[in-house]
Amino acid sequence: MSIEELKDKVGAVWQSRVYEIEKGMIRRFAQAIGDLNPLWQDEEYARKTKYGGIIAPPTFMATLGLEQIQQLLASAPSETSLHGSTELECYQPVRAGDVVTATTRIADFRQRQGKMGTMSFVTFDITYENQRGELVGRCRQMVINY
Amino acid sequence: MSEQRYYEDVELGEEITPLVKQPTTRQLVMWAGASGDYNPIHYDKDYAQSRGLDGVIVHGQLVYCFLGQLMTDWAGEGGSLCQLSCSYRGMNFPGEEITCRGKVTRKYAEDGHQCIECNIWAENPKGEKTVSGRVVVVLPSRGSPATKG
Repeated sequence: MSIEELKDKVGAVWQSRVYEIEKGMIRRFAQAIGDLNPLWQDEEYARKTKYGGIIAPPTFMATLGLEQIQQLLASAPSETSLHGSTELECYQPVRAGDVVTATTRIADFRQRQGKMGTMSFVTFDITYENQRGELVGRCRQMVINY
Repeated sequence: MSEQRYYEDVELGEEITPLVKQPTTRQLVMWAGASGDYNPIHYDKDYAQSRGLDGVIVHGQLVYCFLGQLMTDWAGEGGSLCQLSCSYRGMNFPGEEITCRGKVTRKYAEDGHQCIECNIWAENPKGEKTVSGRVVVVLPSRGSPATKG
């Protein structure tokens, strides 16, 4: 699918992905940020907290589904893709062992002429549901291609 | 891990304890792997320069996560982050310091939760705000725990 084709998909579900959240995934994420909070990594420590086990940093959720968005935008090799904004709401922490379904909709697609030629502003809305069907969060990502 | 912060003790205008990061290209690669963001402007210098950039740039969403850490460190584990919104306004380059800051703008109760709203931002070494936005955290009260999370 090309960027242009997104125009006709505004409002529609673009794709849905299922993620089995593992401790190792959370650890790699925390290490990539350099966030050494034991709540994200140390099972023994985390067990004694109100969470009763390892949880992911809240910002972890906003990476679920990100790879597919980036892949889509990179599919036009002559275009540069820049990230515009990220807006996240968390309703529940994501825990090791959760199975999270990230469902992405195309929320908006706009184009305008800029000094770099045609610029496309694409907004994606992602909802995250756990294995019990509970909404654990939502995220809006805006990306600019030119 | 920082100590627990309580709703009653927070004052409007209070500054969040700053967090300083200095991501290397290695960290950008780690982040690419952990997040799935393989946009080549973050690891391929030739490509980045061919697109008119000075070199590879730091992922905006990595800086976003630094701002998340700024707040979870400050709130302590009894608190929880409910909302975090940021715009990527400028570029950060690997090897440069990124200073994450925040300021309390509002205290309010909602659905039985005690919420703190802050403006947050990341500064480059010139003091320019490259990422900025707002965050809401729920804090426990002295006497009764936070109910969310």
